[in-house]
Amino acid sequence: MSKKPVQFTLNGESKAVFVDDGQNLLDVLRRGVGDLSPKYGCGQGTCGACTVLIDGEAHLSCLTLAETVEGRSLSSTGGLAQGAELHPLQDAFMRHFAAQCGFCTSGMLMAAKSLLDRNPNPSRDDVVEAISGNICRCTGYEPIIEAILDAAQNGAGRRSA
Amino acid sequence: MSIHKGRGFATINYPIGMNLGGDPSQALVHSNPDGKFGVALSSIDLGQGMKQVTRQIAAETLGVPVEDVYVDTADSDTGPHCMGSFASRGTHRVGNAVIQAAKEARSVMLEAAAEELEVNAADLETDGKGNIFVRGAPSRSISTGEACGAAQFKQGKTVSGRGIFLIPLSDVDPETGEMTPVSCYAHAALVVDIEVDDETGEVDVKQMNSAYEVGRALNPRMVEQQLVGGAWMGMSHALWETTEPYYPERTHGPADFNQYLMPGPGDIAPHDIAILERPAPDGPYGGKGPGEMCANPVLPAVANAVFNAVGVRIDELPITPEKVLRGIKANGGARPQGQR
Ligand code: FES
Ligand code: FES
Repeated sequence: MSKKPVQFTLNGESKAVFVDDGQNLLDVLRRGVGDLSPKYGCGQGTCGACTVLIDGEAHLSCLTLAETVEGRSLSSTGGLAQGAELHPLQDAFMRHFAAQCGFCTSGMLMAAKSLLDRNPNPSRDDVVEAISGNICRCTGYEPIIEAILDAAQNGAGRRSA
Repeated sequence: MSIHKGRGFATINYPIGMNLGGDPSQALVHSNPDGKFGVALSSIDLGQGMKQVTRQIAAETLGVPVEDVYVDTADSDTGPHCMGSFASRGTHRVGNAVIQAAKEARSVMLEAAAEELEVNAADLETDGKGNIFVRGAPSRSISTGEACGAAQFKQGKTVSGRGIFLIPLSDVDPETGEMTPVSCYAHAALVVDIEVDDETGEVDVKQMNSAYEVGRALNPRMVEQQLVGGAWMGMSHALWETTEPYYPERTHGPADFNQYLMPGPGDIAPHDIAILERPAPDGPYGGKGPGEMCANPVLPAVANAVFNAVGVRIDELPITPEKVLRGIKANGGARPQGQR
């Protein structure tokens, strides 16, 4: 199996790693770069727990070939908080009790961020649509939808980070 | 084709814990020299709030701030014995064990403080903010951190406690068949409003209204969220989830979670919940635990609502469009039962 060098930025920091042929991005982020914030739920594109942003767009990292992110800019939940200050989405999730076991939370946050970055004033239907690729087994979705709408009201989408 | 509205109701009398050879849980509490407490349990937190609730219980009993308590629930090498997180038993069984362990640790902490302050331990109180003081003389005080530090560095004491809570096996009375399987029950009532499409057989949940009696809601916001999420699971069990094929052919069944149906964020219904508190005499600070009961009433309520809407009685879960359609066909058409 041959290795290929790949460079990209993750949460503003440049990364350079060797990836295997066919290796998926989730694996590279978690094991190659050590960012454990994207979660491995299903590994086959159905749960959304591995969602990251590639050039601002939400992608399932388990289905993304790592070598395709060469030169691109990635963000993950690991980069949302600024030091001790939570991102408005994280803060809203906390206030609305939108995480129980927390396994879906990382993917939900990235799906929500990609929505709010594009559409700072989403309707409830927009929010439902944006997280419809993310499975939550615990919360019944309601608090997650509420949290995202609340974060939007507080201007989460207008913040650049 | 038409859409039929239906309403269904269900009530629950739900046992807390189980009766399989006795139902024990243990807890171990100890302080570090800085007065922070560790609580070791073996009933794990799957997201239902076990850690938070036992942390509150430990802090309340010890008389220290909740920030000073750390709960570890998942060390299978060193954790004390516990039956586990199931049967809606966590808050009740483990919470009681935590109280017993925390009481023992508290008494050592107060003895250590008494020795430092040169008073009788029986005269000491805690303020829950990290201070121990002499009753009636609040200026004579020592912090919990100083007391625990002195215990360990000057007095050679471990500020620790062991706790167990056991509901013993209740054997069946050979004469009467009676038994007392559990010590307390939680209760719930739920009304669901649905719509059934008599052309597709699809059931659409429109609204849920419920009341849950959970003893004392030790963390009201977490109880409410557990009920919201649990009702979603109930909906899912009632209408979606199965490992069996929807049609009588194994190859049509879900082969993995990829094909295992559950309601998504667009399928949920508004749910108004009233939480009723009737503290259980033998519960930790009166708590029983919402547990499995948060999902259970939804299933019979939905089945009853389907009957109310189209006159089809389905007694096998999940209530799939196919089953509804077959029922309607067998009846020669939808037979709405009328509004109740
Ligand atoms: S892990 Fe990528 S979608 Fe489930
Ligand atoms: S919080 Fe457990 S899966 Fe969403």
